[in-house]
Formats: sequence, structure tokens, C-alpha cells
Amino acid sequence: MPRRLAIEVKNLWFKYPESEEWVLKDINLEIEEGEIVAIMGENGAGKTTLIKHFNGLLKPVKGYVKVFGLDTREHTVAELARRVGLVFQNPDHQIFASTVLEETMFALKNFGWDLKKAEERAVKILKELGLYKYIHTSPFMLSGGEKKRLTIASVLVYDPDILVLDEPTVGQDYGQKRRFAEIIYRINREGKTVIVVTHDVEFVADYIDHVIVMAKGKIVAEGNSTEVLCNDEVMKEARLLMPQLGLAALMLRKHVEFRGNFLRLPIFIKEVRRWLNDA
Amino acid sequence: MRAIRIEGVSFKYRGSSEWALKDVDLEVEEGEYVLITGPSGCGKTTLCRCINGLIPHFYEGEYKGDVVLFEEIEVSKYEPYQLAPIVGMVFQDPESQLLMSSVEREIAFGLENLGIDRDEMRRRVEWALKLLGIEHLRNKAPYELSGGEQQKVAIASVIAMRPRILVLDEPTANLDPASSLDVINVLSDLKRKLNITIIIVEHRLNLLAPIVNRVVVMDKGRIIIDESPEEVFLRKVDMLEKIGVEVPKTCLVYRKLFEFENEEEMKPPFSPEDLVQVILNAKKVSNRS
Repeated sequence: MPRRLAIEVKNLWFKYPESEEWVLKDINLEIEEGEIVAIMGENGAGKTTLIKHFNGLLKPVKGYVKVFGLDTREHTVAELARRVGLVFQNPDHQIFASTVLEETMFALKNFGWDLKKAEERAVKILKELGLYKYIHTSPFMLSGGEKKRLTIASVLVYDPDILVLDEPTVGQDYGQKRRFAEIIYRINREGKTVIVVTHDVEFVADYIDHVIVMAKGKIVAEGNSTEVLCNDEVMKEARLLMPQLGLAALMLRKHVEFRGNFLRLPIFIKEVRRWLNDA
Repeated sequence: MRAIRIEGVSFKYRGSSEWALKDVDLEVEEGEYVLITGPSGCGKTTLCRCINGLIPHFYEGEYKGDVVLFEEIEVSKYEPYQLAPIVGMVFQDPESQLLMSSVEREIAFGLENLGIDRDEMRRRVEWALKLLGIEHLRNKAPYELSGGEQQKVAIASVIAMRPRILVLDEPTANLDPASSLDVINVLSDLKRKLNITIIIVEHRLNLLAPIVNRVVVMDKGRIIIDESPEEVFLRKVDMLEKIGVEVPKTCLVYRKLFEFENEEEMKPPFSPEDLVQVILNAKKVSNRS
């Protein structure tokens, strides 16, 4: 049975009212429920403008966007935001409460939850994201990585079906990136659709299989990470760099027949070792 | 000549209960290109601030030890404006550094503050624009530029002061990959032309491992590794992974694919091209035997 569509974008065109220039040009896109998808492209390619359509912050000028079948033009941000949680790039734009607990409970209070239940739920999420020890701390005392996790917590707390993360790895170290990947996998196992907007090619190569690439307001490629990220033309057009193992695999392709996702380190090593051991 | 001597430096920010730096020693020779890396919160940025005098002059806290530049300039005894022509600093977010209405004026701004005369100022602005390859941007406003262009302008305005040391704190953190590579290439070019001493803090090591001549790794306020990139990415890989520092994938493949009887023969490949060469050579050798 085909899975439900979480996001459907059809012939989407968008420009800001005072501007002549189209920021999004005829975007067509389907994301199934339960997928993990990366939307990639350089700064200014239109990625953030696109995801702001997913919870109705922006409405299409032409075409439509549907979230679980709901046309975003016919529903308010408040309705859509319960289904689609957006985590923006800069935590400082999102954080404002005086304690980590208050910050995490904010949305639930808005939704009219009973305070005790809201607190229980917030505590559960903060524990999952390793922030429980800070519940009475000011969010502004947290490190950059912790602030990012807090913004994820304050969205996850109201249990949206779709989680959209805008550049979660910018300015993060390797250990923190690994932790984000674990969080993404875990919430995905719980059935949630996860959309990661990023230009971090190595992060996508390591963790995400389904990739959409944007350049200058258009989708220029979509498919498996091994096909898309190793396509020189696409990467050049999007001003992205090919992942290191992708570049090595392309150069070795004459000799080595790679099977599976060779962008992942263990598979790359296994495939090369097999070839080296062949007589 | 020794460009930087850091001796027994410890620093604790006011209001913080933990030491950000704990008894750090580091010596850098003139002309070196040093990468400083380590997990977030390890003290990298604090160490940079000790080199350019923001600590102890701007950030308050408890400070111990000495930082001496070119064997005579004690950083704690000079005002930041006196240090500006000696140590140039470039930050993560170029927007926080750019404040004038055009690129040309931006580059001239630091020079005006140093009291440099107008003719010399014009010469230096031209020189910096050319050196960074941004002459075509001279009349643009910084906010019209892309992140990568902004970062090049920030570097130009620092370089125009002719510092002998350039300190960059995660200059590519907010840039997309192509712009990051662009900025790093510009730095290599500067290094070649000026023989300036460069200290760069970065997380993305695969871009820098092939370029720098020394890698300093920090963790919890201390320097735990200080070696050549070859040493670090061959023999310290486990330690790096444990503290959460990214090792270039080419080096990881190399380490896991090949076992060498003689460690002297090991040379980690920093680029996919080098890795492929090593793999093809290994195949030839095994076919022959």
C-alpha cells in the first residue's frame, strides 16, 4: 500500500509582494510520511523560502502546497504548525523564555494544555535530548549546540508529524552533528517525517539517503544521495562540493564496481577491500 | 623568529565557575600556518582572544600567564589598538565586523583609526582589494554581498593594516561549501605572497588538513595534541574521534584499509585524488606479488 503523502508541492511559484523577482520557480515535490529527506543548495537558493511554505508562514503565489492533504492556502499557520514543526537556523531568533522548562512548555501553554501535563511532557522531551539538567537554567546560558537542541525540544514537545530543521549542523562540531543524526533517526523511528535543510554535504553523505537539490529557486535534482551528490553537473550548478568518498568512488569506478551506498565509510571500505583482494 | 609565545596562560570569564583555559603553553614561529581545532567549548576562541589582546583588555575575568609577540610585545601591557597592526582578527560572522557603507570605506576604516596618511591609505586599500581579488566589489555596500564575499572584505580590511599575524576564528562556519573553499584558497594565496603567520580555528578539517603545517587540538581548556597534520590524522585518530573531532574520511579509509609493517611508510592522503592513487598503487603491488 502506498504511504500517505506528508508534503505535496505542485507548480509552486513564489515572490515577495514588493519584488519583481521569483524566489521559487515552479517547484514540484512529494515527500512521503516517515521519510528522511535532505533539501540542499547554497545560501540564497530558496531552501528556507520553500520550507516556510510547509507550515503556511508563506502562501504560494501560484500553485499549491498540501500538508497531509490540507491545502495551506485554506488553513491558518496555527492549524498547520501543529502538524509541521519548523526549527530555524539561529536559535537566538527562537528562544525568549526565562528558563529552559518555560521555553519548552511555551507552545503547550498556547495550545491550552493543563500545566501539570505540559510540564510532564516537557520534562520527558528534555530528558530525551539531554537537557534535563538545565531545566531551571536560562536558555541564554546554554552553549550553541545546547541552544539548538532546546529549539528542537520546544518543537518536538507538541508532537508534530513533520519536523523541519533549517541548517541544524552550521557551527556545530563533529560530536554534536553525530548527536543530531541520532535524534533525527530516533524521531523518524517514531514515525515522523524529517526534512533537513542543509548545505553540509558530508553530513548528508553520512546520514541521509533521499536528497533534493535546489539552485536559484528551482529544484535541479532529486534522488538517492549516491546519484545526486556524485553528479558533477548538479553539484556545480548548486555550488556544492562533492563528498570526499563520492569523488574517490567516481575516480575508482573504472576499476571497482561499487554496490550499496558507497558514501558511507564502512561500505566504501568493504567494496574497495573486495576489489583489492580479487585476483 | 618566534611570532607567538604563550606561557602558562589560564583564563576564567567573570561570572563563570570554570576555567576556559588551563595552563596553556604554545609557541608559534613566524610564517607558520597553524590550525586550532577541538569540540565546542574547548577554549579555542578564548585562546585567540588572548593572542589579540581582547583578553585581558576587553573580556573581564581572572587571567594568569604571559602572551608575548615577536619576543618583545607583552600583550597584557599593550592596548588593543596598539596590537591591531600586529595581530589581525577575523571572526565567524562577517556581518558583525562590517559597518561602513562601501567596501572601499570599510577597508579604509581600520587605517583611518591607525592615523595613516591619505596617500598611503589609498595605496593600501588598492593593495588589499587586489590581493583578495575583490576589486570589482569596491563600491558595493557590505550588506549587498554574499557571505563569502563579506568574509573576504573582512579579511581585506584586516590585511590592509599589514598585521604580522592573522587570527581567524571559524571564518567559514556560516558559509556554504563553495564559498568556504573560496575563502580558504584566498588564505593560502595570502600565506604564499606575504609569509604571514596564520592561526585558524576550524571544525571542517578536510579543507584545511592538506594546507596547514601544524594542527593543535584542544579539549576542556587544554592543548592535548600539537603535531603535523600527517602525525595527527594517522596516529591520533582514536583520540580525535573520542573527543568528537572530525577526521577527514580519506584518512579514515587509509587507516582501516591498509596495515603497514613499517609505520614510517605511512602517509595519510588528505584528498580523494591522493587516496585513489594509494589504492591503485596497492592493487599494482598485490598483483605483482
